[in-house]
Amino acid sequence: MTAMVDIRSVHKSFGSLQVLRGIDLEVRSGEVAVVLGPSGSGKSTLLRAINHLEKVDSGWISVGGSLIGYRRQGDRLYELREREILRQRTRIGFVFQNFNLFPHLTVLENVVEAPVSALRRPRKEAVSAAEALLARVGLADKTAAYPRQLSGGQQQRVAIARALALEPELLLFDEPTSALDPELVGEVLDVIKDLAHQGTTMIVVTHEIGFAREVADTVVFMDGGRIVERGTPAEVLDAPRHERTKAFLSKVL
Amino acid sequence: MSLTSDPPVGKAHANGAEDDDYSALKVVPVRHPWRWAAVVVTAVLVAQFAHGLITNPGWEWDVFANFFTTQTILKAVWITIQLTFYGTALGFALGIVLAFMRLSKSPFLKSVAFTYIWAFRSIPLIVQLLFWFNLTYLYKRLDFGIPFGPGFFSFDTAGLVGAMSAAVLGLALHQAAYAAEIVRGGVLAVDGGQLEAAAALGIPRLRQLRRIVLPQAMRSILPNAANEVISLFKGTSIVSVMAIGELFYQVQVIYGRNGRVVPLLMVATVWYIILTTVLSVAQYYVERHFSRGAAR
Repeated sequence: MTAMVDIRSVHKSFGSLQVLRGIDLEVRSGEVAVVLGPSGSGKSTLLRAINHLEKVDSGWISVGGSLIGYRRQGDRLYELREREILRQRTRIGFVFQNFNLFPHLTVLENVVEAPVSALRRPRKEAVSAAEALLARVGLADKTAAYPRQLSGGQQQRVAIARALALEPELLLFDEPTSALDPELVGEVLDVIKDLAHQGTTMIVVTHEIGFAREVADTVVFMDGGRIVERGTPAEVLDAPRHERTKAFLSKVL
Repeated sequence: MSLTSDPPVGKAHANGAEDDDYSALKVVPVRHPWRWAAVVVTAVLVAQFAHGLITNPGWEWDVFANFFTTQTILKAVWITIQLTFYGTALGFALGIVLAFMRLSKSPFLKSVAFTYIWAFRSIPLIVQLLFWFNLTYLYKRLDFGIPFGPGFFSFDTAGLVGAMSAAVLGLALHQAAYAAEIVRGGVLAVDGGQLEAAAALGIPRLRQLRRIVLPQAMRSILPNAANEVISLFKGTSIVSVMAIGELFYQVQVIYGRNGRVVPLLMVATVWYIILTTVLSVAQYYVERHFSRGAAR
């Protein structure tokens, strides 16, 4: 299988704080990678770097065979213009911890906005696609509601539908259930599991070990800006080789 | 009395209701005697004021009625409305540009906008208006071309900047400095996650601003902007120093002729009140429009 995401020796600092210290990671097409790790380990920064919400200091990232944020011409890398970066992002769906739905737009408008304005889809087509997506996440009856009228779990499901509306080849989830009340976590995880079983390529940053065990093809454990350990859920979760992985798992399990 | 002399529980039952069923008892609301006293005092004062307005012959209500809707006054009201409209439209248009200059990442654009705002907030409006009015003294001709180099077009300032356009220019440039800060504040009040989500979805930059940021910023911009429009509307009276026939100038001209100062000031006052009311009502509906999705 080809690599959908290819990350090579990525470094990133915020001032004097080194957040990523040489990350190498490959995610194949159709693979579900779950990234675990203590807070401050650089998981979210890595995820945000993949769709260029954070610019990396060195190293490179490619998605679907094209370099993120740069264009190669001869032996030079040219930084892309904002418009080209925005174009690249339409191929990558991103789901935020705090949903970040647009509160002044209805649920339907939230989902329709990007296909119409970024992909220039005809409005009518985008609306019917959005309705189908909302039905898929179980919110067919909420199209006319505003985000603040929904529960956290419902809002996150709208956010997933909004990301799917661009028909991305890769989905990134940044702690999608961390802002939810415990009883609402299940409904969101069910939607993500469903997508995983349909062969969507995704990288999920989460603290839900049970979810990782159930759907992950690969579990990646990060600490201190490095990938400490990676392997199948059975390898990393049940027989961790590294001390830091063991210490982390003993705290969260 | 000591604590030991508290009545026994059984005795309390004997002189009250039989058991703990409070639903049968009459509820006595708290009385507010001082509130009633304040109401009486205020009512007397209001009545005295009304009495004065109606019976004092000094108000000369007949003169007021004669002048309130005369041709001259209506024309002057129209000029006041025009000054407000153009001042607001141009002022906010320039203000939005300045706000985004200050929010941009370019240090040069930032400092130009900052300096503009600093300068125009520092100069009293009336001083600035007189500068514009005397522009012809400072610059006889305006050339458009390369700075310190040759010019392509030129205008005579005398023909270009009449009294009315000098006034609009002055009001708009003054307004722009305040509008810029109000718009900037509104944009800063929008949660950063909104722009991030829009960027992650690949929504084009201008569309992000127009569709995602500004509608949300409007919620905090509007109350302040309405304040500014209303204060500009009344502030137009300041251009009377430039002999422009707006409401306050026209009223002064008339009472200068007939000596009926008080009723003519009332003519101006009532017009200002009516139009401010119209603006306030408009504000209510515009705010309601932009509060979509705010309620749970």
